[in-house]
Amino acid sequence: MTTIPASPPVYTAAPSGMGRLLKLLPWLLVAGLPLALPGYEPLATQIFVMILFALSLDLLVGYAGIVTLGHAGLFGMGGYTAGILSVQGITDPVVTVLCAMVVAALTGLVFGVAMLRTKGLTLLMLTMASAALLYEIANKATGLTGGEDGLQGVSFSPLFGVFAFDFRGKTAFFYSLAALFLVFTFVQFLINSPFGWSLRGIRENDARMAAIGCPIMRRRVIAYVIASALAGLAGALQAQTTQFIALHSLGFELSGNILIMLILGGSGRLYGAFIGCPVFMLAQDQLSKQDPANWFLGLGVILIAFVMLAPGGILGIGQRAIDAVKMRKLN
Amino acid sequence: MTTLFTILFFGVAYGMILYLISVGLSVTMGLMGFVNLAHGVFAMLGGYATVTLMNRFGIPFLLALIIGCILVAALGFVLDRTLYRHLYARSELDQVLFSFGLILVSVALVRIAWGPLAQPMQLPGYLKGQVQIFDLALPAYRLALVGFGATVIAGLWFAFDRTLFGARIRAAVDNRAMAQSIGINTNRLFAAAFGLGTGLAALGGGLGADVLAIAPAYPLQYIIYFLIVVAVGGLGNIKGPFVAALAIGMSDTACHYLLPQAGSIFIYAFVFIILIWRPNGIMERR
Repeated sequence: MTTIPASPPVYTAAPSGMGRLLKLLPWLLVAGLPLALPGYEPLATQIFVMILFALSLDLLVGYAGIVTLGHAGLFGMGGYTAGILSVQGITDPVVTVLCAMVVAALTGLVFGVAMLRTKGLTLLMLTMASAALLYEIANKATGLTGGEDGLQGVSFSPLFGVFAFDFRGKTAFFYSLAALFLVFTFVQFLINSPFGWSLRGIRENDARMAAIGCPIMRRRVIAYVIASALAGLAGALQAQTTQFIALHSLGFELSGNILIMLILGGSGRLYGAFIGCPVFMLAQDQLSKQDPANWFLGLGVILIAFVMLAPGGILGIGQRAIDAVKMRKLN
Repeated sequence: MTTLFTILFFGVAYGMILYLISVGLSVTMGLMGFVNLAHGVFAMLGGYATVTLMNRFGIPFLLALIIGCILVAALGFVLDRTLYRHLYARSELDQVLFSFGLILVSVALVRIAWGPLAQPMQLPGYLKGQVQIFDLALPAYRLALVGFGATVIAGLWFAFDRTLFGARIRAAVDNRAMAQSIGINTNRLFAAAFGLGTGLAALGGGLGADVLAIAPAYPLQYIIYFLIVVAVGGLGNIKGPFVAALAIGMSDTACHYLLPQAGSIFIYAFVFIILIWRPNGIMERR
């Protein structure tokens, strides 16, 4: 059971040509960012990767109602797959990304089939244990992963054989932005499909969904596998754009942080990841420069305050403000 | 043979610490249905209190342990009344996030107050060295740990099974509404149980300061072990976690001694299999 307010149904007619252009506008503005803020490409790339990762988590937490504390396990699986392939000599970015998605999806399938039969604390524990298991394996398989030092010698050939991953990070910027756009379009399609609506139904009341003949276990596993593939994609993108992958990509802290980013923005709202991730990462970039303790303190206080006072995140606050204005107009 | 006994003994000592820290979590989770990731924070604070009282104020080990336990129990009681109780009725996700926030705050505050390094534990003279039992040389500290842990556990089980307070807790775990309707003040019971649980965690943290190092990352680093004990042992009872804690303590120690290259892989795999097999813990009533 969750208290996340259901997002309003989106039964709008297919957008006209003008509406479509308007929806593309923010993306075009972001694509123009390197002109306005040169030098920030690497940070922006990291933010895109985290938004993509958070979107995959939103599918689980926000729509399917599966709370996981082990999502980094799948992110790391994708990252290590891409990294290890490149060390072994397979350096084409697109091929390695696809392999990473397949490996992460298979991992998600194996764990998902086992875990999703349980609920509550047990499920939470299992998600945590699954990621801890992957972390420990990566930690000990030093020959393959480099263990605690991280994987050395990761490098990828130019994208489509043309665009090399340059020092300033331009290629990485546009590459990850394009990937994010594709994933966003896919997730938007998915959550507005009958499948997406059945996930919301399972989140709200699984017994009732089962009663009307929805195969809930299968739907939950499918959602988990899709989210796993997307998390693996995010991990592979991170390995490619930073040319490095290390153990913290599988760690509990990342699993926690990505959940926080999503919740700060607002889960189950699709755009929450786009708000929460930049806010979190820009704040982290600024605050942890001085002292990591300040950052932890600030983050902890904000998190507690949001949970107690503003469930629904930043977008939730916006939603309530809009609702209040509408109510006043009606009166 | 001697190696086997040594491993078993170290495993039991480790298991005792895990149990002392986790048992409160099992009771509060079973009682209030609250997913409290921040339970390790109280163990850490118990450890810091004990070490600081000993090192800076020269208070003897046992007294420092008890003072630390009381201070942290009081803090737990206050936090329950001020913050936690607002989240009892909230979703699991909210509880996870709230307690994660609490972990972050505590990590930061502890880092500001004590610095990033682990706190050294100055063991009193009578706990240094080894004790010879037959042909086994056992470290005195761990022996004391097992003895002290066993005493506390015996007291706890007596309280749980034989006193009115214990009966009330068992009643509220089984059926809260019914317990309320026969006049048990569950709110006060929750706060008392929460305080007791955090106090025990502090005791475990202080007692085990030489096993689980007292450093700011403590609640993040060991949370999975505490949660494993609770999930495998089952919610709301105090004997299941004991079995789970000993099993995990012994098998984790054995793995690290006999198969160091595998690290904790077996523990996580083992927990995974147990929880798939018995989702509600090994003590589930059928």
